[in-house]
Amino acid sequence: MSNETNKITNKLVALYEDNIGDLFENSSDLINRERKIAIDYFKKTGIPTTKNESYKYTDLAPVFANGYTKFFERQKFNVELNEAFQCQVPNLNTHTVLFSNGWFYEKNLEYNSLPEGVILKSFQKASKEHPELVEKYYSKLAKSNDDSIVALNTAFCQDGFFLYVPKNTIIDKPIQVINLLRSEKDLMVTQRNLVVLDENSSAKLIICDHALSPCRFLTNTVTEVCVGENAIFDYYNIENQHNLTTQLSSVFINQKKNSNVLTNTLSLHGKLIRNNVSILLEDEGCESNLFGLFLADKDQHIDNYTFIDHAKPNCKSNELYKGILDDEATGGFNGKIVVRQDAQKTQALQSNKNILLTDNAEMNTKPQLEIYADDVKCSHGATIGQIDEEALFYLRTRGINEKEARMMLMFAFAHEILKKIRVDSLDVQLIDLVESRLRGEFSKCDFCNYNVIK
Amino acid sequence: MLSIKNLHASIDGKKILNGINLEVKPGEVHAIMGPNGSGKSTLAAVLAGREIFKVTEGEILFNGKNIFDLNPEERAKEGLFLSFQYPIEIPGVSMVNFMRTAVNEHRKYHNLKPLSAQDFLKLMRDKKKLVEIDSRLTNRSVNEGFSGGEKKKNEIFQMAMLEPKLSILDETDSGLDIDALRVVANGVNKLKTKDNSTIVITHYQRLLDYIVPDVVHILYNGKIVKTGGKDLALVLEDKGYDWIKNGNY
Repeated sequence: MSNETNKITNKLVALYEDNIGDLFENSSDLINRERKIAIDYFKKTGIPTTKNESYKYTDLAPVFANGYTKFFERQKFNVELNEAFQCQVPNLNTHTVLFSNGWFYEKNLEYNSLPEGVILKSFQKASKEHPELVEKYYSKLAKSNDDSIVALNTAFCQDGFFLYVPKNTIIDKPIQVINLLRSEKDLMVTQRNLVVLDENSSAKLIICDHALSPCRFLTNTVTEVCVGENAIFDYYNIENQHNLTTQLSSVFINQKKNSNVLTNTLSLHGKLIRNNVSILLEDEGCESNLFGLFLADKDQHIDNYTFIDHAKPNCKSNELYKGILDDEATGGFNGKIVVRQDAQKTQALQSNKNILLTDNAEMNTKPQLEIYADDVKCSHGATIGQIDEEALFYLRTRGINEKEARMMLMFAFAHEILKKIRVDSLDVQLIDLVESRLRGEFSKCDFCNYNVIK
Repeated sequence: MLSIKNLHASIDGKKILNGINLEVKPGEVHAIMGPNGSGKSTLAAVLAGREIFKVTEGEILFNGKNIFDLNPEERAKEGLFLSFQYPIEIPGVSMVNFMRTAVNEHRKYHNLKPLSAQDFLKLMRDKKKLVEIDSRLTNRSVNEGFSGGEKKKNEIFQMAMLEPKLSILDETDSGLDIDALRVVANGVNKLKTKDNSTIVITHYQRLLDYIVPDVVHILYNGKIVKTGGKDLALVLEDKGYDWIKNGNY
C-alpha cells in the first residue's frame, strides 16, 4: 500500500474501532461474526488501488481521502418521510421502500398488499427475526475476505433491506427502494441488502436516488441476490445523484436452474460511480441479461465491472453496456465471462459500445473471455467512436439543425438500453430523464426536483 | 432557381469538379448523366452541403442566395432536397419522430406554428398514400432493415413531406427493380408542379423513360461536356459512354 492509501485505510479502521460498540450492539451475531472477518481482511488489503487489475481504471484514493461523517445509529426525524416524500412518476405503481442515509426507514408503511409470506423489512431487523433464513445466504456470494470494498461494507454493515419471496409467489408490482440522502456534512453511507427468491417466484426491484443536499456522499452498497429454480428477477439500478457523490455499488446474483435475471444499471449522474455486477449461473437452463447505460460529463467518472460465471451447461447470458462521455469525463468497462469446463452449450454474448463527444473524454474498455468448455457460442466486442457523421449529415439535409440532430443520434444510441426495461411507465420516465440529461438540463423527476427534504 | 457558375471542388486535395456551369429554372427537370467517377454524386453532395468536399472556386446561387452562406439544414429549409444514393440507416430514431422534427423545423423557419399531432399524422397518411409507401415502414426506425427499394421509396416519401423547391435525386434508380422504379418515378411525377424543379442524376437512361427531363447534361471528368434535350439520353444509351470518353461527341 502506498502512503496515501495506508493513511486512508488506517483512518477507516480507526473509524471502525471508535464505533465498535455501536456497530456490535444492535446487530445480530451473524452480522458481527462476518464483520470481524471483514475488518481483518480490510486491514490487510486497504482500499483497492489502480494497481489492482479490477480497479485499473478507477482511483478511489481521492474520494476516500476526503473526511466523512458516518451515522452509527438510526436517525430520528421531525417529519414523516412517507408524507414528505412520495415518488410521483406518473403511473408507476410500486411498493415503495424509503431509506434514509442507508437506514431502512422505520415507519415505512406496512406492506400489507404484498402477497402472503413475502418478507420485506429492515435487514438489521430481519437478521434477528429470521436468523436461519439470513444465515443461509448472508455473505455467501459477497464474501467477507475477497474484495476490499465488500469487506468495508461488511465491516460497517448495520442496515439495508431484506426481501424474501416464497415459493410460487409472484409480486406483480415492482418494489421501489428510494435512497434519501440528506446531510449537512459530507457523509459515508453503508447499505447491505439481501434478496432471496424461492422456486417459481418473481420480483422486480427498482433502486432510485434522492440526493439533493449539496455535500459529498460516499455510498457503499452491497446486494446479494439468490434466485431460485424457475424464478424471475429484474433489478433496475438508477443512479442519479449529483456532481459531488461517489457510488460504489456491488450486486452479486446467484442463479438456480432455469431462472431468468435481468439487471439494468442506469448511471445518469454522479462524480464517481463504480458498479460491480457479478452473476453465478450455478445450474442449467439459466438466462442472464445484463444491461447498462452510463452518461458522464465534466470530470465525472463511471466504471462498470461485470463478472459472469457460466458454471453449468445450457445457460445463456447476454450483456450490453453503452456509454456516452462528454467534456473530460472518463469511463471504464471491464466485462469478464468465464465458461467452465462443464458448461457446454453455453451461449454468452457481450458488447460494450461507447461514444466520446470530445477529444478529452476517455474510455477504457476491456472485454475478457475465458472459455474452458469446447461446445459453446460466445462473442464479445467493444467499440469507441464518435457520433456517426453520415447519419448526422442525413438528418441535417432534412432541415434538422445540427444540435438537435446530434441529440437525436445520442438518444437513439441510449434508447437501445432503455427499451430493455420491463416495467411499464419506468421506461417512459427514464426516456425523459435521459433526454434531459443529454440536453444538459437538470434531470431529476419533478417531485425529486422540487421537494428537497431537510 | 439554381445557378451554378464555374464550380470547382475537391476532396483530400483531389480535384473532382472542374468548372461546372448549370442553370435550372422553376418547373424544369434536368438530368445529369455520366460514367462512374465523373463527379455526379460529388455535385449532389456539394449542393446539399457535405463538408468533406472543399469548394475551391465558383459560386452557387439558390433562389438568389449564396448557398455557401448556408449550412445543410438551412439549405434544406430554403427548399433544397437531396435524395441519397445510399440512404443512411439510423437505428433508434423513429420515422415519425424524424419526420415530425424535420417538418416542424421547416415550419419554424418559415414562421409557421408547429403542426398538431393530429395534423401531422394526417399529413403522414396523405403523403404515404401519394407515394405508395407501405405503412409499416413509417413505424420503424429510419431506414433500419429497409430493402434497397424501400429506402428509395422512403426518400421520395420524405420529399413529399418536405415539399422542396429543388429536388436532387442521386441515382434514385440504382438497386431498383422495374416495379419499384415505377413507384418511385410515379411519386416524383405526382410531386411535380410548375414551380418546383428536379435534378435527376443517373447513370442509365432507364429512369428517364419514367421521369422525362427537359434538359439532359453529360458530366465527364468534373465538367459538363454536352447539353441537349431528352433525346441526348437516347443517343447516349445507343452509343455508350465510350462515345464521350473518346471525345467524339
